[in-house]
Amino acid sequence: MTSSRSALSIYGEKAIEWLIRICGVSAIIFVFAIFFFVFREGAPFLADEKFSLWKFLTSTEWYPTSMSNIRYGTFALIAGTLSVTGVAMLIAVPFGLGAAIFVSEFCTGKLREFLKVIIELLAAIPSIVWGFIGLTVMNPVIQTVFHVQVGLNVLNAAILLALMSIPVMVSIGEDALKAVPDSYREAAIALGATRWQLIWRALLPAAKNGLLAAVLLGVGRAVGETMAVLMATGHAVNVPHSIFDSVRTLTATIAAELGEASEGSPHYRVLFLIGILLFTITFIVNLVADFVVKGIKNK
Amino acid sequence: MVTPKVQVENLRLSYGSKEVIHGISFDIEPNEILGIIGPAQSGKTSLLRCINRTMEFTAGTKMSGTIRVDGEDTAKMRDVYGLRRRIGMVAPLPVGLPLSIYDNVAFAPRAAGMNNKSELSALVEKCLRQAALWDEVKDRLDSLGTKLSGGQQQRLTIARALSHSPEILCLDEFSIAIDPVTTMRIEDVLKELKKDMTIILVTNLVQQARRLAARTMFMWNGEIIELGPTEQLFGDNPKDKRTHDYVNGIFG
Amino acid sequence: MTMHAQIQPAPQFGETPFTRKKRRNEKIAQGIFAVMVACIVIPLFLIVGYLIKEGVSLISWEFLTTNPTGGMRKGGIWSALLGTFWLVGTSLCISAPIGVLAAVYLNEYAKDNWFNRVVNLAVVNLAGVPSIVHALFGLGAFVLFAGMGRSIIAASLTLAIMTMPVIIASTKEALAAVPRQFREACWNVGATKWQTIWRIVLPNSISGILTGVILQVSRTAGETAPIMFTGAVFYRKIEEGNLFAYGLGDQCMALSMHLFTVTTQVTNAPHALPFAIATVLLAFVLLVNLTAILFRSWLRSRKKW
Repeated sequence: MTSSRSALSIYGEKAIEWLIRICGVSAIIFVFAIFFFVFREGAPFLADEKFSLWKFLTSTEWYPTSMSNIRYGTFALIAGTLSVTGVAMLIAVPFGLGAAIFVSEFCTGKLREFLKVIIELLAAIPSIVWGFIGLTVMNPVIQTVFHVQVGLNVLNAAILLALMSIPVMVSIGEDALKAVPDSYREAAIALGATRWQLIWRALLPAAKNGLLAAVLLGVGRAVGETMAVLMATGHAVNVPHSIFDSVRTLTATIAAELGEASEGSPHYRVLFLIGILLFTITFIVNLVADFVVKGIKNK
Repeated sequence: MVTPKVQVENLRLSYGSKEVIHGISFDIEPNEILGIIGPAQSGKTSLLRCINRTMEFTAGTKMSGTIRVDGEDTAKMRDVYGLRRRIGMVAPLPVGLPLSIYDNVAFAPRAAGMNNKSELSALVEKCLRQAALWDEVKDRLDSLGTKLSGGQQQRLTIARALSHSPEILCLDEFSIAIDPVTTMRIEDVLKELKKDMTIILVTNLVQQARRLAARTMFMWNGEIIELGPTEQLFGDNPKDKRTHDYVNGIFG
Repeated sequence: MTMHAQIQPAPQFGETPFTRKKRRNEKIAQGIFAVMVACIVIPLFLIVGYLIKEGVSLISWEFLTTNPTGGMRKGGIWSALLGTFWLVGTSLCISAPIGVLAAVYLNEYAKDNWFNRVVNLAVVNLAGVPSIVHALFGLGAFVLFAGMGRSIIAASLTLAIMTMPVIIASTKEALAAVPRQFREACWNVGATKWQTIWRIVLPNSISGILTGVILQVSRTAGETAPIMFTGAVFYRKIEEGNLFAYGLGDQCMALSMHLFTVTTQVTNAPHALPFAIATVLLAFVLLVNLTAILFRSWLRSRKKW
C-alpha cells in the first residue's frame, strides 16, 4: 500500500473504542447507582429503633402523617399491588396469549400488519392517559354495569393494567410462536391435525417458555405501573375483599406522598424503602423472565 | 534456497474442547498455486482463517504452533491489519458489501488511508479488469454491489481481494455458488495472477485443483494425508491409498 | 354444507361426520381468537374517539400557544407543551448517544464472557425498573446528591436513564440484522473493527436505530412519575412564542403532569379541558409512533441486500 493511515486517525479510533467500552459498561453502573441512591435515602430509617422490618411488611396500618399514632405498615399496599396485578393478569393472560396466537397463526398479510400496528400503538398510550380514562370513562361504566357505589377500584385498575400489559405479551408471545420451527406445523398438518389441535398439542408446548416469559414481563410491567393505578384504584389503604373494593398500591403511595413528605423525615425514608421493595420485586421477576427466555435460546 | 512464502509449523486449532486441526506443517513457495482438497469439515477454511488471523474474531478458539509469512511470525506482527492486507481472501459465498460497486473495490484502499481520487479510480479499474468484471460493470459503477448476480458478485469479491495488492491470494471454494462458465473465466484469471502472487486454492472440485495447481495438499479430519506434485496425487500411485480413493470419488 | 357437496362432486376424501366436526371446531377456534383480538383493538378506537370528541372543541392554535391562566382553568397549554419538548429533547440528547454506543459495545466488541453477560443482564433489568423507582433515584442522585435541584436537567437525566435500555435493545437488534459475513469481508481486507462498524455496520443499521430512538420520543413524552419530583411543577408561566423560554436549570411544566394536575388537583375546571390536554398528548404520542412505524416499513421495502 502506497499510503498509510495518519496517526490522528489511529489515535482517534482508539479514543472512540474506549468511549464505546465506557458506554457499554454504563448499564451496570446505572443499575448499581439506582440501588445505591434509593438505598442511601431509605436506609437510615432501617437503623431507627422505632422501625421494625416485620411490622413494615406485615402490618396493615399505614398512617404516615398521623399526629398521635404514626404507623408504617405496608401490608395493605402490598395486598393492593398484588390484587390489582393478579386480576389484571387473569384478564391479560388469556387475551394477550390469544391475540398472540391469532396474530401469529391465523392472520396473514395486511390484516396481520394492521393488527401489529394497532397493538404497537396501544403500547404507546401513556399511563397518565390510561389513568385519565379510568377516572372519567371506566368509573361511570363500572358504576352502572355492576351497580356499585364507587367505580374506582381493583377491577377498574386491573382492566387498565391488562390493556397496558397486553401489547408486551402479544409481541413477546408472537416472537416465541414464530421461533417454533415450521416443520412442527407442517408435520402436524400432514398428520391431519386441525389448527386447533396444532396450536394446543404442538405449538403451545413448544413455545411455553417464551409465553411464560411474556407473562412474567407483563407482571413486571403491571407491578411497576404508577400513574394509571394512582388515578384508578380509588387510593384507599385497604386489604381488598372483592374486586369492587378500592385499594392503594405501593407505586401510587410513593407518587402521592413523596411530594408532601419533608426531606429526611421518617415518612420520606419509608417511601424510599418502598422503592427498594419495588425494585427488588421487579428485579426478581425480570431476572426469572430473562432466564426463561435464555432457556429457549440454549435449546 | 528461497524463503517459502508461507511456512506453517505444527499448527493446532481447537474450538472449545474440540480440536479441528491436529498439528500440521507445510510450506508454500512464492508464486505457486497450492491446491487444497478434502471433504467438508476437514479444517481447510479454518486453516485459511488462521493464516490471516481472522480466527481471532471467533470466540472460544485456541491456536498453537507458528505461521510465518516471508519468514516473519504472524502471531508477533504488531500491525495485524497490514498482514491482512498482504493476504487476499475470497470466501465461499460471494459477499458484495452493501455499497456501490466502486466503493466495494475502493473500500480496502480507503481503510488503509488512500484518499487520492484519481489513484483510487485507476486502482478500481485495474482490479475490476483483473477480475474480468470491468466490461460488465463499467457503466454502472454507482449501482449496489449486492444487486449483482452471484457470479458477478464473486468476481467483485475477487476484485476487492486484489484491491489491497496482496502477495498471497486465498480462495475458499470460490466456485461453490457460480456457474461453470464463470468458473472457467475466473480460473483463467488465476493463471494470470500467478505471475504476481502466491495462490492458495481451497476447492471442493478435485478437478479444479488438477487444472490449476502445481502442488496439491489433501486434508482429512484436520490432518495432511498427502502433499505433493499434483500429478502424483492424481496419478495411479499416490503415496496414500486414501488419496487415491478420494480423488477418484470412492469416498468423500 | 350442501353448497359444498354440489361444488365437489363425489370427492375422494368426502366429508364424514368426523371431518365436519373438525372443520366446525376450526371455525370456532378462529372465532374465539378473533373476538379476543377485537376486545383489545376496539377499546383503542372507542377511547381515542371519545377523548377527541370531548376535547376537540377546545383545541385551537391559541390553545396550544398561550399559557394557562385563571388557576389553570382558562387559557392554553403553552408552557406545558414547551416543557414536554424540552424534557424529551434533552433526555434524548443524553440517552441516544450513550445507548447507541452501549449497544455497539454489546453487539460488536463484547466477547462472550461472564462480565458481558452481567452487562446484558443489567440492561434487561434496567428496562424493568418501575418508573416510580426511577423517580426516587432521580431525586436521590441528581436533585439532592448532585445538587442540580429540581430542574429540567435533573428530570431529563432521570428520563434518559429510563429510556436507555430500550434504545440499547432496539439498536442491538438493528446491528444484529447486518449479516456477519459483511463484517468478515471487511476484516479480510484489513479494515479495523471501528472502520468496519463506521463504514458498513452503522450505515446499514442507522434506519433501524433511528426508528428505535423515535419510538422513545413518544414514550418519554408520556411519562409522568419520573418527572414529578425531579423537575416538573404544577404551574409556571413563561414567555409565549419563545421556544427558548426555558433553560436547563429551570423547573418546567409538562403535558403529562398538567393532565394529572388538571384532573386531580384543580376543582371546577371546564369539562373539556382535561380531554383537550389528553387529546393533544395522545395525538403527539401516536403521531410520533405512527411515523416511526411507517418509516420502518418504508426502510424494509428498500433493503440493500
